[in-house]
Amino acid sequence: MTDKVTVRVQRYRPEEDAAPWEQSFEVPYSEDLSILDALNQIKDQQDPTLSHRWSCRMAICGSCGVMVNNEPRLACKTFLRDYRDRGPVQVRALDNFPIERDLVSDISGLVEHLETVQPWLIRARESPVGEGAYLQTPEQMQRYAAFGQCINCGLCYAACPQFGRDPAFLGPGALALAQRYNLDSRDEGAAQRMQWLNADVGVWSCTFVGYCSEVCPKDVDPAAAINRGKVASDLNYAVNLFNILRGKDNA
Amino acid sequence: MRRSHEPIAWSLFGAGGMLLAFFGPGLVLTTALLPWLAAGDPQAAHAAIGALLAHPLGKVLVLACIALPLFHTLHRIYHGLHDLHLQAPRLPMQLLCYGGATLLSAISAWWLLLV
Ligand code: SF4
Ligand code: FES
Repeated sequence: MTDKVTVRVQRYRPEEDAAPWEQSFEVPYSEDLSILDALNQIKDQQDPTLSHRWSCRMAICGSCGVMVNNEPRLACKTFLRDYRDRGPVQVRALDNFPIERDLVSDISGLVEHLETVQPWLIRARESPVGEGAYLQTPEQMQRYAAFGQCINCGLCYAACPQFGRDPAFLGPGALALAQRYNLDSRDEGAAQRMQWLNADVGVWSCTFVGYCSEVCPKDVDPAAAINRGKVASDLNYAVNLFNILRGKDNA
Repeated sequence: MRRSHEPIAWSLFGAGGMLLAFFGPGLVLTTALLPWLAAGDPQAAHAAIGALLAHPLGKVLVLACIALPLFHTLHRIYHGLHDLHLQAPRLPMQLLCYGGATLLSAISAWWLLLV
């Protein structure tokens, strides 16, 4: 007889449900069964109407983020064996985002914030391809490497109470991404990104709760990125003040 | 995008935290414990601290050790209340916290000028 586990899945079908509700499914248990495997089992064998997002199954694409027992997790990187003997496992859509359907969140706010910080190399003058690549030493790469690991999964946004209260806050992922480019020796776009870091919706909405870094599946440490952003924004404020005093007003 | 003025509060908060971390234990030791434990002569210790307060540099140092931690504490309380959802309107809370820190610092400065 195979062992079974109970998975309680949040359902929400906007055309028929007034509010999200919970449906229980029994899934055959095995040691290597991930939450994503369980959801796929349910969709393939039990209820084809279940909607959830996934693609790579290996913590790279960032599309399978859900709340597992109230904690933001990647479904493909979370295993049912870690929830054994703790009662039914509850899976629902990511906190702080509108629900589109079942476990699918509307992450357009996150995508907008990522675009806001212009996450690409900005150069005053693009050098022609013929001149070769922009060179960088391993030490220079080390300065931003961790912040470059982000897979835009949005778990840190589901964890962030400030984003939950004010969706205009650029949030941990986008601010870590801004730092990733600002710290890149090949980039010359920091001045353009600073106006966003300096804003109330930039680094200054953060009260250093730190839960974002705890839930990040790629060890990006967005809380540290934001705090370094605060130091940068602080210096920027001082320099600006100095410029105003010298009559070069750009406040 | 409008620039936030939070850097002022954050700088004072940061400076206060740093000061507390470096000098806090030393201050407690010299002002509260040492006179009784090591020196054995509280009156001499009192006189020494009096001399420190009489010197302009001493006054500046003591004021920094009072004012910056005040800003540190009230900044953390201000944001802590927001995090706890104990939210009053922004402006009165800012007035209370940062205004309070400013007022207490001013009183300390005034008192330091008098001694
Ligand atoms: S910082 Fe971490 S948690 Fe946030 S979006 Fe990037 S990978 Fe996901
Ligand atoms: S399926 Fe790609 S990160 Fe989980």
